[in-house]
Amino acid sequence: MAGIHIAEVSKVYAGGVKAVNSVSIDIADGEFIVLVGPSGCGKSTLLRMVAGLETISGGEVKIADRVVNNVEPADRDIAMVFQNYALYPHMTVYNNLAYGLKNRGTPKAEIDARVTEAARMLEITQYLDRKPRALSGGQRQRVAMGRAIVRKPAAFLFDEPLSNLDAKLRVSMRGEIKRLQRRLGTTSIYVTHDQLEAMTLADRLVVLNGGRIEQIGAPLEVYHAPASTFVASFIGSPAMNLVKGELHGDKLAIGPSVIGLNGFAPASGTVTVGVRAEDIRIARADEEALPFRLEYAEELGAQRLIHGTVGDQQITAAVSPELELAPEMQIAIDASRLHFFAVDTGKRLPGNVPAEAKLAPVEPVA
Amino acid sequence: MDTKRTTFNNRLLPYLLLAPQLAITLIFFIWPAAQAVKSSFEREDPFGFSTVFVGLAHYQQLLADPNYLDSLWRTAVFAVSVTLLSMVLGLAFAAAVDRLTRTSKVYTTLLVWPYAVAPVVAGVLWWFLFNTSTGLLPFFLERFGILWDHDLNGTHAMILIIIAAAWKQISYNFLFFLAGLQSVPQALMEAAAIDGSGPVKRFFTISLPLLSPTTFFLFIINVNYTMFDTFPIVDATTGGGPAQATTTLVYKVYQDGYVGLNLGSSSAQSVLLMLIVMLLTFVQFRFVERRVQY
Repeated sequence: MAGIHIAEVSKVYAGGVKAVNSVSIDIADGEFIVLVGPSGCGKSTLLRMVAGLETISGGEVKIADRVVNNVEPADRDIAMVFQNYALYPHMTVYNNLAYGLKNRGTPKAEIDARVTEAARMLEITQYLDRKPRALSGGQRQRVAMGRAIVRKPAAFLFDEPLSNLDAKLRVSMRGEIKRLQRRLGTTSIYVTHDQLEAMTLADRLVVLNGGRIEQIGAPLEVYHAPASTFVASFIGSPAMNLVKGELHGDKLAIGPSVIGLNGFAPASGTVTVGVRAEDIRIARADEEALPFRLEYAEELGAQRLIHGTVGDQQITAAVSPELELAPEMQIAIDASRLHFFAVDTGKRLPGNVPAEAKLAPVEPVA
Repeated sequence: MDTKRTTFNNRLLPYLLLAPQLAITLIFFIWPAAQAVKSSFEREDPFGFSTVFVGLAHYQQLLADPNYLDSLWRTAVFAVSVTLLSMVLGLAFAAAVDRLTRTSKVYTTLLVWPYAVAPVVAGVLWWFLFNTSTGLLPFFLERFGILWDHDLNGTHAMILIIIAAAWKQISYNFLFFLAGLQSVPQALMEAAAIDGSGPVKRFFTISLPLLSPTTFFLFIINVNYTMFDTFPIVDATTGGGPAQATTTLVYKVYQDGYVGLNLGSSSAQSVLLMLIVMLLTFVQFRFVERRVQY
């Protein structure tokens, strides 16, 4: 068990391409960190540098207070779960699990005990004599997990381990990974491009973009107080609405309409205004409203997404499926639910942080 | 769903389209092979006026002939040595090139060149290198107290043809092994590295087992190569000598048939050679393939 300290780590490829740009993350012992971002944001490269599969161009990686920049992957006391599982096709499941232990000269009796224990935990005991090709995708995924846990490493590294599974299996395996990590209490770094996976798994998530960290925080913190327009549009589904607005004192103008802000205005001038789809509601007759022109609706069952425009800007709102739709509707947004970002940098403007972001994180259930 | 099939309205057309290839196969492969089988049961008088059916007499003679059995043994030594040497070296070169990133194309091209050299030329080349009076290698071997003479020493002659035959085949094995190694997923190697396995151990516990289909295929190809295609090498270097020390089965077929003009025995030998290769291939598929992984 150990913490991982990533200090100003960079990766520069031949030709000067900076895949990872001075990234620092402090990961506490037992913490589940998810690196999330679009493809090409450097999340996998960062993970591979921690694993030792990629050389570190700059900065320092510490695992259990030991600098591992020049330590072989085998000696870093980590285990990795690969996207395509990377199971040894010519070995049985048992030997796949035992391979790493055999290489380290573990006594045979102990190998047997550990493999049996891991197989029981992952419910793959009946497949121990099979070759990987005789297993389904989900079973292979379990074997890959088993190979990581038998070694009892200081940290687990997951490189998009669920992206090859179908949607339903992905959800159940996601739950199992979380349960297993809680039970073993092993420090984990998990890479994914799926924001839902990131939200559900992470103790803290790290949003990466273009090799840089956009935001680090607990899932709800990031959701309710995104640090930039990039994070706002990347985390959450549907993506946060981002529209152009003009602040005049305590009034906000969006297109032709103006609404009062009740003291929530952080600045003045042109800003990017963010609003979550679920924070938009149908206006009562007596309040300030924005005229919404409906284009089309998407049914999600529990709610309905309505897409349309306010002025000339696209807006998506989540409403109750019982709501009667009309081509023209009046929508309202509580001023406290608005997010303001600088137009030039996309950074969040200081001001209101919704109360939810300050909620205490959910206590892990052992 | 069925795959789309082209149907011919004309019943003759498919046969017409196949005819050229069938004609070539019939005229150049099936017919000579059938002739060989036929003449292996016959004896012809020295002037070619009459042929007599003699049944299995040629075969009985051959199997009782110490010269023939000796040649069988030499062929076995030759085939196993050439196959092992060329496959081990081919694999070693492939493993070395596989670790390169930038210069691998250059090395690959250079290593493939010997395969383009005609067998006779390869034989003559090594004959020059090993030439007793002017060759480079005997000159150096003499310093180690080895007096090289493949004209008199049967073992030396055998080593010479093994080296010449293997040298040509290394390129072929190298190419297949390299393709095999490059198709082993990188993630497997990375997983093994994290699992605490060093480069050498990774090679023997991951790459090599995954290469077994390639190895199996090359084994068959190489044995067949040494059985049949090495005639020009033997002919150009040792001529089967000294004292028949390098007379392999295929060379003996030529000597007895074309030099000795004993067509009946020569035919019987080629039929036996065919049977041996068929048997070997059968054994390989039947028993070796079972142990092939992946």
